[in-house]
Amino acid sequence: MSHSVTPRERIVITGVGLTSPIGNCVSEFRESLLAGRSGVVVRETRYIGEVLAGVCNFDELRYQKRKEVRRGTRAGSISVYCANEAVRDSGLNWGEVPKDRVGVYLGITEHGNVETENEIFEISKFNYDTSVWSHHHNPRTVANNPAGEVTLSLGITGPHYTLGAACAAGNIGFIQGMQQLWLGDVDLAIVGGVSESIHTFGIFASFKSQGALATHPEPAKASRPFDKARNGIVVAEGGGICTLERLSDAERRGAKIYGEIVGYAINSDASDFVLPYAKRQAECMRKALQRAKLNPCDIDILNTHATATEQGDIGECQAVREVFGDCPNLAVNNTKSFIGHAMGAAGALELLGNIPGFQDGYAHATINLDDPDPACDCGAPQIVANQARQMGQVNYILNNSFGMLGINSVLIVRRFEP
Amino acid sequence: MQPEEIRQVLLDILARIVPDEDLSTLRDDVAFREQIELDSMDFLDIVMELRKQYRVQIPEEDYPNLATMGGAVTYLVPLMKDVKAPA
Repeated sequence: MSHSVTPRERIVITGVGLTSPIGNCVSEFRESLLAGRSGVVVRETRYIGEVLAGVCNFDELRYQKRKEVRRGTRAGSISVYCANEAVRDSGLNWGEVPKDRVGVYLGITEHGNVETENEIFEISKFNYDTSVWSHHHNPRTVANNPAGEVTLSLGITGPHYTLGAACAAGNIGFIQGMQQLWLGDVDLAIVGGVSESIHTFGIFASFKSQGALATHPEPAKASRPFDKARNGIVVAEGGGICTLERLSDAERRGAKIYGEIVGYAINSDASDFVLPYAKRQAECMRKALQRAKLNPCDIDILNTHATATEQGDIGECQAVREVFGDCPNLAVNNTKSFIGHAMGAAGALELLGNIPGFQDGYAHATINLDDPDPACDCGAPQIVANQARQMGQVNYILNNSFGMLGINSVLIVRRFEP
Repeated sequence: MQPEEIRQVLLDILARIVPDEDLSTLRDDVAFREQIELDSMDFLDIVMELRKQYRVQIPEEDYPNLATMGGAVTYLVPLMKDVKAPA
């Protein structure tokens, strides 16, 4: 089989919108990351009681009427907020953008659990009389819902769909958008990932049954990847959405450019439903490097997927060691230690939390790394522990996102150079 | 429930369904849809809320009776005569 690559147009990020448990725009988010601020709090969840979660606090009514919030889903509201923020940030004259040339491609881990659980809870109060099951259930639970709500909000008439890719989905939204720009299917791609997962008890209950749900008396210390005392995942909600354009289009309108996507890869473990497979993760990182025509030591910051599970963290470090083990200057960090695991939004938010490094020259830290697990050894590269690291110039950021059923995704973004 | 109480019940339901609308000037003799933004899914919410809150079952062929506030109250009076008004 051939691995030849056809030269393609360069694709750049021109607008950013996000909501996270520690900030509702990229500057707020970055400030919290550099300050070491956690967004994990105690939250009451149906049937389970108190759980630890990363909760967002953005203004839903900035871009939606109250009726639209009621009518739609939390994932929809997150998507509408982030997409509108990204479009506004892009500087595009939205009124003049041909809406049939805009596509919306959003990664999701899951969608529909929240609404289904809500409806079952409702009918339980009526002795399971299904005649009180809401007519809103289907439009709320169709898998394209979050992307569809964006098109309704922004009047976009081009394609829209979500990409179900477990917790690898955030990166995959970017990859899909880039490919559609290459195909000429659209001229503007609104891409990223979203998560409403903290509103479903089932996610928490399932992780708990799996022995993978974090607990800690101090919520801010609960998410602790690579630490010996880690005991599982903190689930978070959030969204990270960007506008992607071909460089030629972005330059023509004098757009601000956050970075250029130069490498990506998606592969599958083909080994287990839930357990990670370091060998395939390493292969995925290598494929992305190969596509970007880079050597491992060209990467300045590697943002890990690590979720603070026993095997997941060790496996990813093994994969990082295998590919980057001889790169002493590589900064390895982790965003989940601040906000928890934002599921479908994780890849996007984690990338967007690192991209300001191109300007400020820092790699944000991995907080709560008080007692590093020796099994989480990355070789020569050091995990950026507890304090942000001044890097000088950051040229390349690599972002890992992995998910259940063995799906791995890697994105490499370069500091923009004309 | 008396007609005025049923009217209040409908107003409370509408306030939840179309929270952005000003209902204070709603006329009883003009169709809801001509006065407020109320599409077919919203309309079904009125039917659903009556079913959930008051166990009133409204067959689909009777939906036209709910087009106006006046028509809805008249239609609901016999169905809700034994239902207690909310506290």
